[in-house]
Amino acid sequence: MAQQIDALSGPAVETPARTLSERILRMLNKAPIHLGLALVGLVWLAPSIGLLVTSFRPRSDIQSSGWWDLGRFRFTLENYESVLQAQGMLSAFINTLWISIPSTILPLLLCCMAAYAFSWLRFPFRDTLFLLVITLLMIPVQVAFIPVLTLFRILDETTGVGLLRGYGAIWLAHTAFALPFGIFLLRNFFITLPRDLIEAARIDGASDINIFRTVVLPLSVPAIAAYGIFQFLWVWNDLLMALVFVQDGRNWPLTRQILGLLGTYGSEWHLLAAGAFILMTVPLLVFFSLQRYFVQGLLAGSVK
Amino acid sequence: MTAASGAIGSSRGRRSWGEGTNWSSLVFLLPAAILVIVFLVYPTIYTVLLSFNRGRNGEFTEWVGLRNYEQLFLRDPAFINLSTFPPSGAMWNNLLWLILYVSIVLALGLIIAVMAGRVRYEALIKAVVFLPMAIAATALAVIWTFVYSPNPTQGLLNAIIGTVGAGPVAWLGNPDLVNYAIIAVGIWGSVGFATVILSAALKGIPTEIIEAARVDGASERQIFFRIIVPMVSLPMSVLAVTLVVNVVKLFDLIFVMTAGGPGTASRVMAFTMYTEAFAGGLFGKGAAVAVIMLLILIPVMAFNIRRFRSEAVV
Repeated sequence: MAQQIDALSGPAVETPARTLSERILRMLNKAPIHLGLALVGLVWLAPSIGLLVTSFRPRSDIQSSGWWDLGRFRFTLENYESVLQAQGMLSAFINTLWISIPSTILPLLLCCMAAYAFSWLRFPFRDTLFLLVITLLMIPVQVAFIPVLTLFRILDETTGVGLLRGYGAIWLAHTAFALPFGIFLLRNFFITLPRDLIEAARIDGASDINIFRTVVLPLSVPAIAAYGIFQFLWVWNDLLMALVFVQDGRNWPLTRQILGLLGTYGSEWHLLAAGAFILMTVPLLVFFSLQRYFVQGLLAGSVK
Repeated sequence: MTAASGAIGSSRGRRSWGEGTNWSSLVFLLPAAILVIVFLVYPTIYTVLLSFNRGRNGEFTEWVGLRNYEQLFLRDPAFINLSTFPPSGAMWNNLLWLILYVSIVLALGLIIAVMAGRVRYEALIKAVVFLPMAIAATALAVIWTFVYSPNPTQGLLNAIIGTVGAGPVAWLGNPDLVNYAIIAVGIWGSVGFATVILSAALKGIPTEIIEAARVDGASERQIFFRIIVPMVSLPMSVLAVTLVVNVVKLFDLIFVMTAGGPGTASRVMAFTMYTEAFAGGLFGKGAAVAVIMLLILIPVMAFNIRRFRSEAVV
């Protein structure tokens, strides 16, 4: 791989520099690239750092000077305290967990099961049905909103289960909308498992449930982890589904709660900045701790 | 479930329930199948039908034929207005997004991937550019609404142009600027994705080809346009399709940054669908917008199915 990178960087790299002047010349040669990348780094970091710095500044300072005026920086945690307590972001944080965790585990389980059937069991119309799954992959969620919401409303009115008042509606909706992509992704991984292994287990008399549990799942941990992380962050970051399917304000997730801050406090940046970073904590943690799975999951998820 | 019958995958699915059918497949498929039918298949049919209905309360109340579509295309300047120049409306804005967002994300992604490949801190640059992919569009929207703040002691952009005596500019408050301002945010959020994919593709280009070109006296410019660009054109087209889907589904950024405003200047289709149906109670009209979105995505679906098949996935 190192060779290939070098191949793109000109013949100068192929031999090590011998003299100081040679080294300096080489750096000058690459100066436009370093400059360009420095600019890229600046443009991609400055906006987020600006908001991060702002989230630790007292309200009065934010109104009188820009965050880039680092000489006037004074540190405070008041914004975070105020947003977490008075603005309800702490309970919204817990709500987000309440929404995200079942909305990750449930589709993960159902997708693994269906993907196993599509890859290692035999049933009629298997390929046709899998083609249907791929077709459904691209359907915009908007197409399902009105009928699903109407269905939930009628169910709530006739049975009083309170799907829309609680988390039932959003769990079911996230799970269902995740299925085509999850089945597609996991099925493509499952079919790469060694056939001999599964055949051997079958000859030893293992049932399908046992093959699924003791052979397929343990061998697929990386793929399942990548998909699980993707789905978790997808739900964590979602706003649209929460707008439609979480109707009780006490159950709102962070994304929806921040919207409230934006509406009520148009220029109260001390609250908004802190709120946005509370929303970002978990994805950033996942990003830095599980970067490999995370990038894999996102790249695979690009077809969604 | 006799083991010897070898009910094992990869042979084509049989067309009838009989010998060779693995009955336990029902157990594995049923939960997912029920959810897919109730939440995807049935709703799609329902929404298509509802788009020809008045759809009060989301239920079938009165058939109106094509009136919802007629209304959207002919009598709703907030959806599409071709009578002015430049045209305006949600669908036009989606087109604007499609052209600018897709091309600039691809171009910047490739340029950054090529540049990053020539320095030691490649991984760091890629991580920095990729970072926005991790965070919610809602957070991106807050970050950039702050950058765009019309108050030059708060908004970075107005502070910068203020140093040369210009501005302040209401980036999000001006109907002529608002779309470009939000498209820039969309680009900022997606370039890292393109960079990571294209950087992987670049590493797949055999060293010999570039060396041979160099020996033959090709300039760096020629190597970039004649070798690198053509050799990453396949991943580029796959990326382009993904970005097109992003544009059609675009919602969060608009909803948080401007709520479609000022007026209706920055609306997009997904925003119109949500607003008409859930804020305005016009479910028939909302369903029609959803169907239009679906129709736009059908060619994309076809492209992907063909691609998956050629990769011998199906």
